[in-house]
Parts: sequence; structure tokens; C-alpha cells
Amino acid sequence: MTTFTDPGQPVPESSTLDLTRDGRSVSDRGETVCVIGAGPSGLTAIKNLTEHGFGVDCYERETGVGGVWNWRHDRSPVYASTHLISSRPLTQFPDFPMPDSWPDYPHHSQLLSYLERYADHFDLRRHVWFGTEVVRVEPVDGDRWDVTTRSTGGYGPERTSRYAAVVVANGHNWSPKLPDYEGLAEFRGEVMHASAYQDPAQLRGRRVLVVGAGNTGCDIAAEAAQQAAHCWHSTRRGYWYAPKYLLGRPADQLNDLLLALRMPRRLRQWLFHRLLRVSVGDLTRFGLPRPDHRMLETHPIVNSQLVYYLGHGRVTPVPDAVRFHPNSVELADGQQVDPELVVFATGYLPQFEFLDSKVLGDDDVTGRPVLWLNAFVPNHPTLAVAGLVQPDSGIFPLSHWQSVLFARLLRLRETQPSKAAAFAATVTARAGERYVGPVKESSRHWFEVGHADYLRALQRALHDLEAK
Amino acid sequence: MSQRVRIVRGREWARPVRPVRREVLEATPGLDEGRPPLLFVPGFGHGAWAFAEHWLGHAVERGFSGYALSLRGQSGSGPAPEATLRAYAHDVVQAAASLPRQTVLVGHGAGALVVAHALARYPARAAVLVAPVLGGWATALTALRHNPLGTLPALVGGRLRCNRAQLFGRELPRDEARRHLSRLGRPTRRAQWQLLFGREPEPAVGDPPVLVLGSPDDRVVPRSALTRAARRYASAPLLFPGMGHDLMLDAGWREPIDAILDWLEKESSGG
Repeated sequence: MTTFTDPGQPVPESSTLDLTRDGRSVSDRGETVCVIGAGPSGLTAIKNLTEHGFGVDCYERETGVGGVWNWRHDRSPVYASTHLISSRPLTQFPDFPMPDSWPDYPHHSQLLSYLERYADHFDLRRHVWFGTEVVRVEPVDGDRWDVTTRSTGGYGPERTSRYAAVVVANGHNWSPKLPDYEGLAEFRGEVMHASAYQDPAQLRGRRVLVVGAGNTGCDIAAEAAQQAAHCWHSTRRGYWYAPKYLLGRPADQLNDLLLALRMPRRLRQWLFHRLLRVSVGDLTRFGLPRPDHRMLETHPIVNSQLVYYLGHGRVTPVPDAVRFHPNSVELADGQQVDPELVVFATGYLPQFEFLDSKVLGDDDVTGRPVLWLNAFVPNHPTLAVAGLVQPDSGIFPLSHWQSVLFARLLRLRETQPSKAAAFAATVTARAGERYVGPVKESSRHWFEVGHADYLRALQRALHDLEAK
Repeated sequence: MSQRVRIVRGREWARPVRPVRREVLEATPGLDEGRPPLLFVPGFGHGAWAFAEHWLGHAVERGFSGYALSLRGQSGSGPAPEATLRAYAHDVVQAAASLPRQTVLVGHGAGALVVAHALARYPARAAVLVAPVLGGWATALTALRHNPLGTLPALVGGRLRCNRAQLFGRELPRDEARRHLSRLGRPTRRAQWQLLFGREPEPAVGDPPVLVLGSPDDRVVPRSALTRAARRYASAPLLFPGMGHDLMLDAGWREPIDAILDWLEKESSGG
């Protein structure tokens, strides 16, 4: 059985009214809201819901807060050297800044301590049931939800509670996306997904092929450049590798300065192209393909080190892998390389295994829910998904405002039902909207958002909701 | 006061406030009874010392942990000749977020304006505005009337001086008053200017309860200004007659701090 972490807390008051389909009793948690996951998005949901006067039960499968940022968690993808990609002001919660003595790009251990301090400062842990995973979430009459939980690992009885609303904050960087290659099963070398990569010692002295040019792939390639006997970096196309600093300030802050000056996107693109050209130079010189898109059209890759090691010959850029042989890997240009270790930095897929995919509007089970503001679910006004965004900044501020908007919406359902109904109609009408300029179509970009576009849309939604 | 929530702050994200060493004097009770910590924010010219004199110790005696902050450029904090109100509010939010629990912000004088700005950036447990100087022309005119020689230079970018009659009541011994006056520093020109003509504070986040208190005999903050400040937070001011502007240093310092702590106890017991 699960218990509250705070031993002084009384067992929640609940009354048994109803039975689940398989005949177990459901405890009714009244107006309480259920939050799934105590990572950054879950924590900010708890904080903002309690701040708006709601009772909250949060279920966390691990034994600590922090989600992916907690390296102790078995689903955490962080590796020893993980640092932020976006700088501090664009990453922190808007109402709880990180210490200003921290570097521009803090380390993942600092992120974890930040999230733990956030939880302690706002006394959030007393709402969290640790070591408890959510098995099923089912809609019931009256826009309420039956949430079935059990101890992580599957032992112990299942337990079903009925909630007034649910916030899904289970994260999207824990279920590895592994590409399938011909002959991969016969390959004799070691194969791992980046989620299993933790420490440069795993690369030391070996011949390493890193597949994927996301931020993780570039980080691992740069580490392999220092540790491995040889490093090949395989990318599908040419990318823009933005340095972490441009014109003497963090590159994302420069972008935001230009945004604040209302510089149009095309002009920003032109400026960034010029800046990269004069500061980083022409990457085709190192054998990289020329980017087939303009900057800001893919998720930004921010890495100052990769280009440096290309220039030192420590990283050999190679095209996409085509098929695997027992002792080598065949590449798109016919070349064969013989790595001992292949690291797939090929990303992650969002998963909502506890929820019928139809609930999220994903009828064909493609893994891509159809939502408004990437958070609100058509026909389910009391369900929200937090943090299902891939912004060109940190996710925390976006999750924060999502949960503020959801909390205010739930309040309005009681005080001004007509406004809440109007909001629900908007959700249905505008589900699937995008908050980013044109992006290169790719499965990883379906939930890409521009943080400024997205937050502006959220701000408008909040103002419309509360307009007199 | 604009009631609209502002989400997009591109300019602020792009130009973070530069960190400066912060002096925080702290006094914590031996036994932590789970009461919210208090963060005292001094007004212009003062520093953490103004609260360390009496209030910090008294709060501890009553079981509250107290922290007194010096804003940048004040006494023990690092120098900041170009400090703005935004930088001051940044200091307050940073200090508050570094404390173990959700904090009560207590701002005195112009520090109350800094607190009002900080409230838009940090969901305080509660806020107390002591003799708040919330800026605007009325503040300047009142100061001019009571201390023309000390105030006039400030209006043209010079130094703001406060005199004994503005800050203290008649009961405070002359020596003590002189000792306090000698410790007064000067605010930056930009912050002085923003005090008069700066933007209104944005709405507070997290809907904290706000208490306003002051003295009807304060020669910096007229009674009408107290009433106005309190009305902004939908309450009425608590008044302590006979005291000067510096309620934490004046002879009757015990009464206002007791009133603040009583109010907090009532608030946290859900009253």
C-alpha cells in the first residue's frame, strides 16, 4: 500500500460510492485534482493548483521529485555532463528564479537541486504519493476521472480514486525512439540508445559511431571526441550548429532581444546566418552537408564544442547509416565504418500508456495527441496535458503558465460556467494549432513550439478567459 | 494597477539583472515551529542594519525566523551605482527564493515599492508594507514641504537627505537618532527617478494577503497616502500615532512589529 510521505498527514477523507467495471470500489476524492508525475511540469501543476485553492493528489512512480532531471531515476536520460541548452532566464520558473550566482547554463545536478528546492519552498511533497504508478485513467460521467494506481513495479493491489480533474505530466523524454536498420540484430558491436549513456568512461578508447544530430547526439559526439579512439558522427542532413554564446551573450538571449525589438523572423534568420558565417564559418569545409533549411526551422542545436572538435579532426562527420553488417556499418555514401560501439541519439517518443489514445484525439494511435495550446483536450474540459512542448527555450515557464491557465479554468467552471463552456468550444475549434513558424517536417517536430509565439498565445487565452 | 497577467517578458529574459553580493542578516529561533520566514526590505538610504537594531531580534523571540536584506548599494551589499527598481526587486526575489519556505515580504518606505514590484515576480506567503512610499508626485511634494533643503537636490539628480524630524518621533533620544542618521546611505539617481515617475507595480502573483501600516505623524508618508496604499490591496492601514517614518527604529518600535506578527499568526491559522 502507498502512504503519504508526510507521516503527520491524515488519510484523505474519501467516501466510497461507486464500483469500477471489474467490481472494485472507487474512493471519491471530491474536488481534488490528480497530477500524474512529479517532474518539473507536475511540480508546477501542484504548486499552481494549490495556489488557486485546489486539493491535489500527485502520483509519482519514482521515489523523488525532478522527473528526467533526477539522475537517480531509472528513466532519467541525463548523462554526467548534461548542461542546459537554454540559458537560465529562459529556463527557470517565472516566479521562482534560479540563484543569480549560477552559471548561464547550469549543470543537471543544479537543475535537480533547483527542483527539490522548489518542492520544499512551496511545500509540495505532502501532495505527492511516491513509488506509485498510474495504471489507468478513464473518463466517467460529469467530466470526472477514475484514476487507477498501484505500487511501482506492479506488486500490491490496484486502487481507484475519482477526481474532478487530471493533469497529465508524465514527460516525453523517457521512452527511447530506436530506429530499425537492416542487419542491426546481427551487428556484433555494442549498441545503445543515448538514454543508456551516462559517463564518458563508456566511450574511452573505443571506436564510436554516434547517430543523430540533436543536442544529445552532438554532446555525446563532443565527448567521444575527447575520450574515444575514433568518433564518427552520422547525421541525416546538414544542420545549423549555433554556439552557446553569440555577440557576447547567451545565444537564446540574443534571439529574445531581437524578438523584443520585434525583428521579423526572416530578418532574424538572415542575421543569424550572417553571424554564424562570420563566427563559426563554413561547415562544409569539414565535410558536413550544407543545411537544407534556414535557421529557426528545426529545433535549435546549440553546441560550441562539436565544431571545435571537427576542426581538430577528432570527429569525422558521416552521412546516415543504411544497414548494419556483423562487423561494420554501411553508410548512405557506400562507405563502411567499423565502430565497436554505436550510440543512437535518436530521441524519444511521448507515451500515455495509461490513457486511451482516443481520449487525446489520437484515433490512429500515431502517438501524437490533437490538443489546443498543446495542453487542452477537446471534449474533455477537465483534462490537461502539461509540458508536451518542445520549445526553443526551457519548458518550465511554459508548463507553469499552462497549469495557471488550467487552474483558472477549473475555478471558472464553478464560478462562471458559461465562460468555461466558451473556452471548451475554443479548444474543440482550434485543436491542433501550431505555435511556430514553418519547420522542417519531421516526426520530431510535431510538438515543436516557438516559446515567444506559444507564450503569447497562452497569454491571449488567459486574457480571453478572464475578460469581463 | 493593471490587473492583466504579463507572460511574455522578452526584454527581461534577454537582459538579466547582473548579480551583486547581497548582505542578508539572519536570526532564526532554536526551535522551528513551521512559521513562515520574514524577509525585511529596507527603504532608500537604509540597510539591513535598520531591522537588525530591534525587529529581527523581536521576531525571533516570538518564534519567527527573520532575514534582513540590504539592497544592492546599501550597507553590506555590493556597490551598484546604476541600480534600478528592477534590480532592487530582483534582489528581493532572489533573497526570498533562497529561503527554505514561502516567505513574508516586509518592505519599509521605498522598500515597500520594491516589495510591491517583487510581489509580481514571487508568490509571497504574505506582504507587509510599512510606511510605504509608493512613489509619484505626491511623495515628492510631501518631502519638499517637510524638508525642502534635503529634497530639492534629489529632484535634479542630487542627493536625497532625510532629517531627524522626518524619520523619528520626539521620544527617540537625540544620540540614538544621530547614530541612525549617520548610517544613512544614498539611493542611486536612477532608482530615485523611477520612484517618482516609474511604472506602477504589476498585479501580485499568488494573491497574497497584504497589510499596510504607518504613522499618522509620519512626515514622509501622509496619512492619505497610507489609506490609498491600503485601498489598493483592499484593506485599511494600521496606524501608530506619535511615531516618525522609521517605525522600526523609533522609540515605540515594539508595537508595530507585534502588530505584524499578530496579523501573521492570525493569517496562518486561517483566520
